Parts: sequence; C-alpha cells; structure tokens
Amino acid sequence: MGNILTLIQKEVRDGYRNKWIAVMTFLMAGFALVLALLGSAPVGTTAISPLAVTVVSLSSLGIFFIPLIALLLSYDSIVGEDERGTLILLLAYPVTRTEIALGKFLGQLLILSFAIVVGYGVALVVVAAKGEAPLEQIPWTIFLKLVVSSVMLGGVFLALGLLLSTITKDRGTSAAGAIGLWLVFVVLFDMALLGILSSGAASLIQDEAVKWIMLASPSDAYRMFNLATNADTALLSGMSGLREDQGVAGSVLLLLLGAWIVVPLSVACALFQRRTS
Amino acid sequence: MKMENFPAIELLNVGKSYGRKNALEDVSLTLSARQCLALVGHNGAGKTTLIKIILGLLKPDAGTLNVLHADPGRRQFNQLRRNIGFLPEQVLFQKTLTGRETLAFYARLKGVAVNNLDPYFERVDLQDAADRRVGTYSKGMRQRLGIAQALLGQPKLLVLDEPTSGLDPVARQNIYRILDDEKKNGTAVLISSHVLTELDDRIDRVAILNQGRLVAQGSIPLLRHHINMRSRLRIRARQDTCESLVAAFRLELPVERISGEEILLRCRPDQKMDVLSRVMAMEEGILDIELVDPSLEEVFNAYSATGPAFREDSNG
Repeated sequence: MGNILTLIQKEVRDGYRNKWIAVMTFLMAGFALVLALLGSAPVGTTAISPLAVTVVSLSSLGIFFIPLIALLLSYDSIVGEDERGTLILLLAYPVTRTEIALGKFLGQLLILSFAIVVGYGVALVVVAAKGEAPLEQIPWTIFLKLVVSSVMLGGVFLALGLLLSTITKDRGTSAAGAIGLWLVFVVLFDMALLGILSSGAASLIQDEAVKWIMLASPSDAYRMFNLATNADTALLSGMSGLREDQGVAGSVLLLLLGAWIVVPLSVACALFQRRTS
Repeated sequence: MKMENFPAIELLNVGKSYGRKNALEDVSLTLSARQCLALVGHNGAGKTTLIKIILGLLKPDAGTLNVLHADPGRRQFNQLRRNIGFLPEQVLFQKTLTGRETLAFYARLKGVAVNNLDPYFERVDLQDAADRRVGTYSKGMRQRLGIAQALLGQPKLLVLDEPTSGLDPVARQNIYRILDDEKKNGTAVLISSHVLTELDDRIDRVAILNQGRLVAQGSIPLLRHHINMRSRLRIRARQDTCESLVAAFRLELPVERISGEEILLRCRPDQKMDVLSRVMAMEEGILDIELVDPSLEEVFNAYSATGPAFREDSNG
C-alpha cells in the first residue's frame, strides 16, 4: 500500500509540474463555462432547471473530451517508462508489477478527477451566480451524477490506455492504438449502430437487444446514465419518449461502467506480469 | 568474519535463448562480497541479458543461479531487492522533478528515510544541484544521480550497467572511487562495460563475454598473460646488424623486415627478457629499441575475436 501511495504521489507531482493538470483543468473549465453561459440562455422561464440544461450539454461534451484526455494521460504509462529506462529500474526495486500498474492508474485518475470536479464545478458556480438557480434549488443529484459518471468514464479510458501501454513495444504504436480506441468507442460505434438501425438490417435485431448492444460501448452507458435516468435531462435530450422497458436502471449503468474499468485494469495487470522488459 | 566474503552472485551453466538465437550459453560466474567484477563485451554480447537474469527480471532457460542466497526467479526475492542497488544502461529520470524529489521517490520505495538524503548527494558531488530540476542536469550529472539512486540503503550487491560510458575521465575516476568505498564496506560490485580501456585497476576481476559465451575470466594482468599475446619489439639498427638479427631470430619468432634499417620482432611474454638481452648484446649496431606490450584493447579484441585467429597467435 505504501508503495502505491509513493507511486501515486509521483504521478500527480509530475502531472502538476509538466502543466498537464493545469491545461486539462483549464480546458474543462473553459468548455464548461461556455456551455453553461450559452446553454442556459434559451431556456427562458420554464420549469426546467437551467442546471439540467447545462448537465445535458456537459455530458455531451464529456463523451468526446474525457476519453480523449484519459487516453492521452495513460497511453504511455508502461511503455513510456520502458523507453526511458525507468521501468527496468522500478522493477529492480522491492515493488510488484501490480503496484506499479495500480499506482499509475490511480495517480492518473486523481489528476483527471481534479480536472473534472474543478471544471464542472466552475460551470455550476457560474450558473448559480447568474441567479437563475438559487443554491437551495439546485438539483444536486443531477450534478453529482454527472461528476461521478464522468470520473468513471475517465477511469474506463485510463484503464484501456494502461492496457494498451502494457502490450505495446513502443510509444508510437501505443499512441496510434489510443487514437483507434477513441475513434471506435466515441465515434464509429455509434455511427455503425445508427447505420444498422436505419438500414434494412434493423429488422434482424430484436427491439429488446438494441439497448444492450448500445451499452456495449462505455460512452453510451455514460450518455444514457446522464440523459435518461432523470426526468429533466431526459426531456431536454429527447430521451423522455423511451418506454419503461427501453430504459436501463441507473445502477445497472454504473455497474457497466465499473466493469469497463475493472476488466481492462485486471487484464493490464495480468499481461504486465508477462511483459519482458 | 566468515560471512564477510559470502558469494553475492553464483551462476552455474546459465543459458538463455530468444527463439533460435542463443543470448547466453553456459555461463558460470561467482562474485563475492568486497569484490568488483567487470563484465566486458561488445554491444550485443549478452551483458544486459545476464544482468536482467541476475536481477530476476528474466528467467534463464538453463542452469542455476543464486543471488544473495536466493533464486531471483522466486516471488520471495522481491523483498531482497532492498539490498540491491541497480543502475540501468540508459535511464532518463522525469525532467520535471528535482534531483531531491527523484531520489526521495526511490528512497521511499526502498524504505530508506527521506529526510536525510544529503550524504548521498555529497557522495556523488551533486549537493549544489539537489534542488534543481533534472531537466537542467548535464549527462554526467544525470549519471551521478543514477549512481546516488543505486547507493540508497547500503546495498549488499551493486549492479551497474555501463556506468562510465560517455563520461569524461575525471567523472569516471570519481565513480571508481565511490565503487571502491562501497567495496570496502562489504558490497559486491558488478559493472558492465563495452570497452576494456574504461576499466580501472580497482576492478578485481574481469569476465569477457563474446556472443553469449564467457571466453575469459580473471584479473587484468592475468588475462593479459594468459592469452599469450606477443609484445612487439621494434629495432632500428645498422643494415648489417639488422641482417644478423634476422638470421638469429628467424627460426624462433616471426620476424619482419620493415626497411633496410628496421625490423620488428614479435615475442611471447616468456621470451621477452631472453630476446631483449640477446638483442642488447649487439649493442654497437643498434640505434633505437621500442617495446610495445599488447594494450588492453588488443587483449580484449583477441578474446572477442572468433577462435582461430587468437589461437594461432598464442600457439605459434
């Protein structure tokens, strides 16, 4: 445990020094602010909380942005250390490979969580400060759900990036793989599913199966968790038309995201044991 | 006192192959406490593979090994790593951290107190740069930081992969001075190098690796003697003296007539004194004598060359 803390501390300190944390937090806050200020404008005086509008915008932003940041942070976790010669050095220390992998992952998760909490927090404060939503009326649960699921989405792609970095032999390959992962999970998967559903092939897929196929992608689980499990956000994002049986319970969605973290992380740890450095 | 010279490393017939290529073949080696062994060989001779096996980062395909009385391939060996100091061949520490932060990170992993790291910086002469970022360090300073890292927690075994490559002679001498101190404290030191000339007299033994095989092992003078490399005796003399010299030695030594007034004799170490005194007997005709013993580089090349060339030289 002590070793993991030492590794986390180094990861965070390095992230702080090389301005990674600053740049990411700045970007998250910047985008969140723009969305918060523009996004809540057209609502006017409706029953819907301006924060719900902001959450819908922020989760759409998060789907693209968080996986990207997470992969950028993690794609060279192991392979980068290997190339700098520090991996073989670490392995000569009384540290286990699992500790190294977990230390990297948790350190990066901490960095990412900071950027998300601060970035989204700024948006929340601005929306509140505009006076449209007094603090006591702010639906905290919507915001909390956004933050928790965003951190989990980040964790998914940190774990995938870590896995990538344990199986590649040089950073270039790992970087290419990271771009591939991002494209597949964030862009291509949805496009392909949409394409199939709008084509004749749609009749071959059972109605019931569609939502589960969709949830095979962690970003869709995240999207559904933020948009469809709350009446306000569902209304805003066009998810309110879902029948009861078309929805998936929030706990199931969180479990899915959790599995998307645990499985790649465990596989990464297992394959790291076999890596010859 | 008995424990003092315990073997820190014992390798017996260790072999390792990658696919069909033999990286190491039948390597047997011992290194005791208070000893410094240099592993020498060209790039790709198997030095780094051997070091990885000793550190338990690679499992050998054949043979047995004991490092600090344990098998490095076992899981329990992890705890013993506390007693091993290691410097990889190429290591780039995080540029954004200071020297002190870097050393503290490694100290924590080794369970060494981090509040008193100054002595380590003093030993490698980095005390003034300890709080500067590693990114501002020169190559020599980074190497010294690497050495400081290896010295953490008084290791019983120090393994340094090419610690002096690319360093200037003064920096190299400093490293050997530190290694000598460690040796006196009872540490077993293993260093590797690809040039024999970078080694120092403070090295007790040299093991020469060639294409994964251990071709020679022993002290530097012993190696030099053992290989029976011929010294070159270059004599400048009057024409008639040259002729009689050629006639005198032609049957026992390779004699080369460089010019009318210059000849070159090649003699084995055991013939050297005899030949020299016979040449000196013709003193009036001789203008100049130059005796060149084989350099370390030549000894190394002879060992590293493939068999026949060096056998011919030693027997003929």
